[in-house]
Amino acid sequence: MTDAFEPKITAFVCNWCTYAGADLTGTSRIKYQSNVRVLRLPCTGRIDFMLLAKAFARGADGIIVSGCHPNDCHYTSGNYHARRRWMVYRDLMDFMGIDTRRVTFSWVSAAEGARWAELVNEVTTSVRNLGPYAEYKELALAGVE
Amino acid sequence: MDLRAKSRELLESGAVKAVIGFKDGTMGARRPVFVRQADKAAALVFDEGCRQNLAAYLTRNEVQKMGRVAVAAGPDTLRAILQLMAERQIKEGDVLPLAMEGTEAVELPTAQAVEEHLALKAKELPAADRELLARLDAMTREERWAFWQGELARCVKCYACRNSCPMCYCGHCTMDCNRPQWVPVPSHALGNLEYHMVRAMHLAGRCVECGDCGRACPVGIPVHLLTFHAEESVHRQFGQRAGASSRLDYALSTFRPDDKETFIR
Repeated sequence: MTDAFEPKITAFVCNWCTYAGADLTGTSRIKYQSNVRVLRLPCTGRIDFMLLAKAFARGADGIIVSGCHPNDCHYTSGNYHARRRWMVYRDLMDFMGIDTRRVTFSWVSAAEGARWAELVNEVTTSVRNLGPYAEYKELALAGVE
Repeated sequence: MDLRAKSRELLESGAVKAVIGFKDGTMGARRPVFVRQADKAAALVFDEGCRQNLAAYLTRNEVQKMGRVAVAAGPDTLRAILQLMAERQIKEGDVLPLAMEGTEAVELPTAQAVEEHLALKAKELPAADRELLARLDAMTREERWAFWQGELARCVKCYACRNSCPMCYCGHCTMDCNRPQWVPVPSHALGNLEYHMVRAMHLAGRCVECGDCGRACPVGIPVHLLTFHAEESVHRQFGQRAGASSRLDYALSTFRPDDKETFIR
């Protein structure tokens, strides 16, 4: 096989900040790695931890979760709730042996188009170095009859 | 007063409709019993072998229809009762906790009395669990993954851990939800990992650390460590413990603007 490994990154972003920020990246004609698949949700508060598990099960090598900075939530407190959830979930993932280096949490506002490009590039590079998430992919095959 | 005498008194006076406690089972084991008649109170026993968390019965429909019930309760059961009150699943007046001191039963008629009683009891995890948690902490991530994959490979998804848990009372559990099918039904590696992940997350901030899920497991998986860890994580980061008060807010549906984390970029 001569093809170099290209990671699949799933990004769960909120509609109001990071999605708009990613939009700004595009309209600003900033180039960034094309490994990311963006999934827009109403708010980070909507991002159930199971969505992350499902992304890994469906073959993601890395995950980005991003939303509004604290105090900037469109729904006032969705990101605060999300933050608490990630604080516990990340801890639990680590305890169960899931590779937390593959999950990046971030705040990217609608004005931070350049920041989004930077984030995606950083994550893509680091996950490319980590290689495919073989452990989890092997596990996911158990579900295929 | 002795548990048997106390139960007889409560049932005779009609103060409670039933006393939930333990009686002799087979092979020296203890099993739960619902005593509904005063003359049956003599069957009640309470000792080291009475480990099951009887609070799990309190949210059942048929039990709630009975009227006021008394429960012979150790510290873990008392914590579970407080947590169920905090989650508005049982009302203060509907349950009469009987705190057990040896075979002596102390009536704790109010949530406040339970809280005061528990304040005197230090919460400590069993030594074996602390040891295993420390061992897991010392492992590398890869070793922890291998450990849990090895343990969870034995899981047959019987849901005994869920059913034994006083906090797992949802009428419609995520596990039974098939539109969308969140967690695969068969007990293969992926389904098992996801099931135990969901269980631990749904109990984070709610687990009273009684360890009944681990004892209920027929294949001996230390599933209670997952909920312990999630609960300890909540305690460490948000400074609250499930079962401490009947007026506790759920840690994951509240927040403080200054919650401190180190990983969000």
